[in-house]
Amino acid sequence: MTDAPIPAPAVAVVDKPRNQWRDVWDQFRTHKGAMAGMIVFVSLIAFVTLGPLVWTKDPTFVNPDAVQMFKSRNMPPSWASPLGTDQLGRDMLARMMAGGQVSIAVGLVAMLLSIFLGTTVGVLAGYFRRLDGPLMRLTDLFLALPLLPLLLVMVMLFRDSLAGVFGAEAGTFLLIVSAIGVTSWMQAARIVRGEVLALKEREFVLAARSIGTPPRRMVLRHILPNVVSPIMVAATLGIASAIITESALSFLGLGFPPDFPTWGRLLFDGVEYMQLYPERVMWPGLAISLTVLSVNYIGDGLRDALDPRIRGR
Amino acid sequence: MKLRTALLGAAATLVMAPAAFAERGADGNVKVLYSQAVSILNPYLSSGTKDVEAGSLVLEPLAGFNEKGEVIPRLVTEVPSVENGGISEDLTTITWKLIPGLLWSDGTAVTADDAVFTWQYCTHPEGGCAQAARYEGVANVEAVDPQTVKVTFAAAKPNPFTAFVGATSPILQKAQFEACVGAAAPTCTDPNSKPVGTGPFMVTDFKVNDVVEYAANPNYRDPAKPAFATLTLKGGGDAAGAARAVMETGEFDYAWNTQINPELQAQMEAGGKGVFVNAFGTLVERIEMNMTDPSADLPEGERSTAKHPHPILSDLNVRKALSMAIDRQLLVDIGYGAAGRATCNLVPAPEIYASPNTDCIAQDMEGAKALLDGAGWTDSDGDGIRDKDGKKFTLLYQTSVNPVRQDFQALIKGWWNELGVEVELKTVDGGVFFGGDPGSPDTFQKFYADVEMYANNFDGTDPEPYLAQYTCDKAPRPETQWQGENINRFCDPAYDELVKQLSATRDPAERGALAIRMNEMLTKDSYVIVPLVDRGRLSAHSNTLGGVVLNTWDTELWNASDWFRVK
Amino acid sequence: MLTYTLRRLLMAIPTLLLISLLIFFVVDFAPGSPMSQIPLTVPPEVRLKMIEALGANEPAFYRYLLWLRQFFWVEPAYWMDARFGTDLAGGAQRILSWQSRSPVFDLIGQRLPQTLTVIGSAYVIGVLIALPIGIYSAYRQYSWFDQIGTFVAMVGFSVPTFFTGVVLIVIFSVNLGWFPSIYDTTLRVTDWASFQKQVMQMAMPVTVLALYNAAQISRYMRSSMLDNLGQDYVRTARAKGMKESVVVLKHVLRNSLIPVVTVIALGIPTIFGGAIITEQVFKVNGLGAALINAIHASDLPTVQTLTFIFAVLIVLFNLIADILYGILDPRIRYD
Repeated sequence: MTDAPIPAPAVAVVDKPRNQWRDVWDQFRTHKGAMAGMIVFVSLIAFVTLGPLVWTKDPTFVNPDAVQMFKSRNMPPSWASPLGTDQLGRDMLARMMAGGQVSIAVGLVAMLLSIFLGTTVGVLAGYFRRLDGPLMRLTDLFLALPLLPLLLVMVMLFRDSLAGVFGAEAGTFLLIVSAIGVTSWMQAARIVRGEVLALKEREFVLAARSIGTPPRRMVLRHILPNVVSPIMVAATLGIASAIITESALSFLGLGFPPDFPTWGRLLFDGVEYMQLYPERVMWPGLAISLTVLSVNYIGDGLRDALDPRIRGR
Repeated sequence: MKLRTALLGAAATLVMAPAAFAERGADGNVKVLYSQAVSILNPYLSSGTKDVEAGSLVLEPLAGFNEKGEVIPRLVTEVPSVENGGISEDLTTITWKLIPGLLWSDGTAVTADDAVFTWQYCTHPEGGCAQAARYEGVANVEAVDPQTVKVTFAAAKPNPFTAFVGATSPILQKAQFEACVGAAAPTCTDPNSKPVGTGPFMVTDFKVNDVVEYAANPNYRDPAKPAFATLTLKGGGDAAGAARAVMETGEFDYAWNTQINPELQAQMEAGGKGVFVNAFGTLVERIEMNMTDPSADLPEGERSTAKHPHPILSDLNVRKALSMAIDRQLLVDIGYGAAGRATCNLVPAPEIYASPNTDCIAQDMEGAKALLDGAGWTDSDGDGIRDKDGKKFTLLYQTSVNPVRQDFQALIKGWWNELGVEVELKTVDGGVFFGGDPGSPDTFQKFYADVEMYANNFDGTDPEPYLAQYTCDKAPRPETQWQGENINRFCDPAYDELVKQLSATRDPAERGALAIRMNEMLTKDSYVIVPLVDRGRLSAHSNTLGGVVLNTWDTELWNASDWFRVK
Repeated sequence: MLTYTLRRLLMAIPTLLLISLLIFFVVDFAPGSPMSQIPLTVPPEVRLKMIEALGANEPAFYRYLLWLRQFFWVEPAYWMDARFGTDLAGGAQRILSWQSRSPVFDLIGQRLPQTLTVIGSAYVIGVLIALPIGIYSAYRQYSWFDQIGTFVAMVGFSVPTFFTGVVLIVIFSVNLGWFPSIYDTTLRVTDWASFQKQVMQMAMPVTVLALYNAAQISRYMRSSMLDNLGQDYVRTARAKGMKESVVVLKHVLRNSLIPVVTVIALGIPTIFGGAIITEQVFKVNGLGAALINAIHASDLPTVQTLTFIFAVLIVLFNLIADILYGILDPRIRYD
């Protein structure tokens, strides 16, 4: 075959060079789990963003009429409130929607931030020997710092100034996301570095280096694609821990205002009522698990799709 | 439910009373659970309630308080009074007579010297004694003879039952603590964690912040008590977990301060393994109004100081309207159930000091709206929020992290919203809020918010020091490193005058009238303090533990020597 | 490798000093005061006196140097004295907790047994479950086993321990009455009956933590195995006619261990750090509970000491991980 000097003229209609990302998408579509995950994830996003447009109850509304309020407490699911009401008669469906917006946003953004920091530090430390020492000692430092005092200090220093610049809500969001991101990148960094250390001694890297590939290209084209799978795992686990950490922050009084629902906080509040109203913990627990599961399957599919060895098959 | 529980408890105590006269140590082990773990057993070095109470099983004062708040003798033969000559006519001395033959748990005799030593120990300037306030005004303590302790006050003391009375000022053994005075006090690890005492129990093992193990004191003054040979006091977890261990799983006999919401209380009672007991003291959950401007636009050092009066809350009618919009009974029903009652008073008890005022109990939303309209706060631009002279009626409402407080915040926000007031909620970690760190903007003393909610009470039965907190000079401000007890910066010369008058008044009835007057100045007349709930103490004990009488005036374990196993 | 190890150990000293300094100032700077748990009935003047008696009002730098001296000189001296009957310490002040006024190292000594038994065994069990699950899930990717494993792992990781712990208590303590809901730290294992008791009281906290740890580690194991199963050397090994078990368990597993070793090495110091929430739910009162308690009470000496020991373990185990990389993959060179 390789002997053929010139392609046969019969093959005149050359396929348009296939776009790599199209290939990835085609492969991704064949992954059943990933598609299911995608559908679930998109519906969750739709639930929290479009839901409030349809279901317009105010998630923080407490009936000022004492008698009415007392009657509307702890209602089981009904047409008026499909997921029931909480101990102050607030509508759980509306709270789940409002809570989901924050939780998904915090989970995704904090995860992206932590993965970005972790990967950058890990790749730099693994690839450039000179940076390895300082960066890894920095990682050790962050691992060792006690989280709670650090968060308290961050909140004390930056809350008011951030709220001044971005407004109260955006300021709090930024603060929480960066607090979680800045305190959770270390594991990803250590893992990526370990992988890079092994990768950079592999033949294909030596080959690429021998033809004079500049470090930037080396890292972006040869190293990074090969550490995708641990990063994916770190990312999925990262979303779960970011959502839970956010709730931990809010019951330390460091997060959003106390009447502002998030999935993590709904779950925490529900634990107290678990024996009496088990659905109160079920909804947020289910929502968090679904989010994490769907992201996990999307990650799985993405990894398979990005792997050219599998893609060909 | 409350009544039934109380009756059952009383019945059990009566029926089983004879069992209490059994032999010492006959009933084996009793397990007590505190949701906060015990750090140290010397109450002079930590006034945390859990530490004081754990210490009270071992260390005893000369006299204590019973569940009615009356002074009862512990190490003395009788309670001194003017009538029996124990208190001098001019109220400057009080003389205590020790029970003859009283022994420490190590077998040595208790003498008046121990009391003198205790006073010296706590008043040493370098000791950092946590209970120094109990000895305030004491000029001298002397041992007239080995059995007689005479306390001399610098001035006439209408309430002499401070030093050596109550679990917060017990007698230490001189022999054990002699080397621990002053700067050495904190370093005496052994005495601090295993003090020798006169109480019904003595410490056999102490794991810091975890568990204390006690055994019956062989030299306890009543040879038949305590009925239990050993006592285990475990710490940690949360109130719901503690209640569950007594009421639902039956692993523990007694759980301290099981403050959980009424629904959970009902559910746990259905477990059938134990009962809740509750009693009321002086703890009042309240909203404090900031009389000064907390605006972030003011320069640091002027925020929340008397330089700038509060732009909205300085108006009495506004404060009153905010109070009228609150349905206190609903707050009780949702947050505390049997363990709370609606109140309008800062000093809810004892009876002679408590104002009869109940004006605030009934919610009056329409009246509140009318008051605000009258005060010039109207919704002129139709956005649902009242305004006046272009200023919106917006409040920042802060409190510490606590599920009940967060429910209260949401409810009160609902009512104030109905009133046309925009409310922003904020919660602060309890350690920061109550920590008083002058560097933090979030302490309750700094009060960088318009209103804040927390609970406070007073030690013992005399509200004088408590009411004296609201004088002008006690306002927290930069010059005092933001320390001070007049949290809302209330300042009224007439009030300051009454504080002086109270400290000079001896007649109990007159003192009561004055205290009621002062209480009303702070609440009903000015609405600077808006009391919400008189919070009782709620604890749980198993059906097999008898003799429990809940006492909010002294340590909760005050009568552990009378506890017994119901068979 | 030896010179590398030595160099790293030497480097660790300034690193740890820097870390201790930073920890100290972060903790000191954090809002809160040792008086935060004192009732409001205690007047401000008394509080001030108490702070003075603790020495908490001294300048931070002075307190830091004092701590350094106590940690590196006084405490080892006390240890030597207790061990060999010498008298090196000469009655110098040990590191005292502000909360309990007792030596912090005594506290650690009291807390270590339950921390190691509960958190330690939970970790070991977690790892032992996670590795086979991860390996088999990868080997039979998208099989039922893998799907169920993925599901359990993801739910196990995304449902926090404050929830699973209470669920277990409600089911197994309240309804069934099988296990105690409160861990008894005074229990001494001396015979079969007390051993059984110990196992019973460990069952629930260990389950909660092991599930959480296993979930995480099995995911890394699986993904790393998957990466390697597709490599050319696997095909070569199979083509050479090697047994499947040898291919998977020797060749692939060894090459897949690097991320897993990293995660486990990061996890071992956290055994010492304890598991704050699980300890609180079951009242295990291990080192995690001690740390969070100290943080809430702004008990600086305790927080500083515990965190610093934690830092030493982190530095140590990360070094061990780096050495293990070199053993697992000899191509990795540090020199």
